[in-house]
Amino acid sequence: MNDSGEFAPQCPIPRSEYEHVVLAHGGGGRLTRQLVEKMILPRLGNEFLDRDHDGAVLPPQEGEMAMTTDSFVVDPIFFPGGDIGDLALNGTVNDLVSCGAEPMYISLSLILEEGLAMEDLWKIILSIERASSTAGVMVVTGDTKVVERGKGDRIFINTTGIGSVVPGLRISPRHCTPGDVVLINGSIGDHGIAILSARDGLGLEAGVKSDTLALNRMMSVVFRHRKEIHVLRDPTRGGVAGTLNEICLASGTGILLDENELPVKDGVRGACELLGLDPLYVANEGKMLVILPEAHAEEVLSIMRDHEEGMESRIIGRVTEDHPGMVRMHTAIGTTRIIDMISGEQLPRIC
Amino acid sequence: MVTSEHTLMEICGGQTHTIMRYSLQELLPEEITLIHGPGCPVCVTPAENIDAAITLAADPRVILVSFGDMLRVPGSRDDLLSAKARGGDVRMVYSPMDALEIARKNPHKETIFFGVGFETTAPAVALTIRQAHMRAIVNFSVLVSHVRVPPAMEFLLSSSTSRVEGFLAAGHVCTVMGTGEYLPIAEKYRVPIVVTGFEPVDILMGIRESIRMLEEERHGVVNAYSRAVRPEGNPAAKQLLGEVFEVVDCRWRGIGWIPLGGFMLTEAYRDFDAMIRFGLHTEQSDENIVCLAGEILTGRMIPTECPAFSVRCTPEKPLGAPMVSPEGACAAYFRYGRHR
Repeated sequence: MNDSGEFAPQCPIPRSEYEHVVLAHGGGGRLTRQLVEKMILPRLGNEFLDRDHDGAVLPPQEGEMAMTTDSFVVDPIFFPGGDIGDLALNGTVNDLVSCGAEPMYISLSLILEEGLAMEDLWKIILSIERASSTAGVMVVTGDTKVVERGKGDRIFINTTGIGSVVPGLRISPRHCTPGDVVLINGSIGDHGIAILSARDGLGLEAGVKSDTLALNRMMSVVFRHRKEIHVLRDPTRGGVAGTLNEICLASGTGILLDENELPVKDGVRGACELLGLDPLYVANEGKMLVILPEAHAEEVLSIMRDHEEGMESRIIGRVTEDHPGMVRMHTAIGTTRIIDMISGEQLPRIC
Repeated sequence: MVTSEHTLMEICGGQTHTIMRYSLQELLPEEITLIHGPGCPVCVTPAENIDAAITLAADPRVILVSFGDMLRVPGSRDDLLSAKARGGDVRMVYSPMDALEIARKNPHKETIFFGVGFETTAPAVALTIRQAHMRAIVNFSVLVSHVRVPPAMEFLLSSSTSRVEGFLAAGHVCTVMGTGEYLPIAEKYRVPIVVTGFEPVDILMGIRESIRMLEEERHGVVNAYSRAVRPEGNPAAKQLLGEVFEVVDCRWRGIGWIPLGGFMLTEAYRDFDAMIRFGLHTEQSDENIVCLAGEILTGRMIPTECPAFSVRCTPEKPLGAPMVSPEGACAAYFRYGRHR
């Protein structure tokens, strides 16, 4: 059974005399080698990783390259809907998609805390394997370090992703233009609430799962049909509100949201009300905001809805010349209010 | 319906928040002015109580447990979050019973719960204290800072500069206490008091009822939140409150002494008072003179009229409690009404 209670057949962990990570696993010597050879290469191995270099030598690409980096410090490392491995892989892929790129290669740096259960590390590696296979990307190089007990928090992951920019796409927050519409591929706030409900002491039974998911397959089809996309961004920390505010500030435009169009799952809405949170500010890990000219919205929506990760895609707002630099919203009761940038940390260590 | 100007006050911070979040003022005729009352327990917690909490948190024998919204409220110098950054064991809970669990799991330390809130929250704290007593959990105590709404309303109405003609009473306080306490106030000052909920429609209903009464020159108490409030309130909660707490005069930050405005532990439970256990005394501390919280909390000024608002005083760097607490009027204006 995985953490959401579903039965998912898993490969059994390779036999080893170590049930927990020890400092020597990061020492660069025999134990490090064993760890990589037994736990990592069998699952993530490919023509690049298997070459055993310090780095990966990649074939030349035509056109522009996109590169992104990310670190993952989520607490807890296992949560409804996924784990830190899923987050790391999918998060990196989605960042590349936000640049208008086809993700190709990922580096994987693990910082393990002495005492981490091998069983946990194994589950995380399997998640990374599954996620990279789904997304069609390769982990081409990596690194493993171990820190003393108490100096880390089970596992931190750092990644770098490289992708090839789709020719003809000119994605930038500065291209946000009055008259554009704002699309999203599904419900907001799922990831943040899933994390909260997995944290000790809350006793939330919202039944909400993280939406962590790679969006490159869906967006690849969109890119093939429509190049006139102005802005792409995945609304992680800070939520939809934080992300749209950044875009407005960068472009000097305003955005007007429609509260009636915002997709929010019941479990998320209830948990937010209970805790005094606003779903607009809660992190997402499998969502993409797409800003493009209204004329092409229906076509893009139809492509997105053809994919499971985009079945609930819809328009949630429009870009306007009014109130430059600011996000506002038509509320459900017909008034208008400001959706401000949040200050401070609503939820720490969410991704 | 409206033939003349009227000024209403909503008591509860949660109601202030809804009004600002849904821009309800947009839907009202110009003649109606809403002013915001001191219904934010975090905002009215005396600075010296926060200072006491910080002192206790610095003690290595102590685990200081608090609701999240108290952590960033500045006392006279700094806040609990800074105390935590300096190494104090400060933890956040959503329920006081969680604090008891922490005490149970940490028998070699003293767990102190910072008890802040109106009559809505106080019964849960009372229950926790009674549980601690029954289960003989000796390493648990409470820094009591609970306050009562009706005395604050009286205080506001008795001020000669009061502009308030009617009140939207705090619906959730009344869920516990019922509506009885408001009848004498409505009679004495001849004002309408309408028990109101927290959804936008609830608030509009509460406003409509108050205006109707004012237009018809009627006064008294009306329950517009009957799906949650019964006239007798919650008898079990009231009984529990009465067993663990007794009423006492106390200071409301920014406002001053409010007779019978707070709670202290009854003699049977006074052992659980953290101030007594640790031999602390509070002295009134100097407030930041720039912060005009008192004017805001009594409805004499709206946040945007304060010269420091959004200039020197922001949620990141608050000068006073109403900018920190999610239920504070200044925070609500900053989030939703700043650009009007």
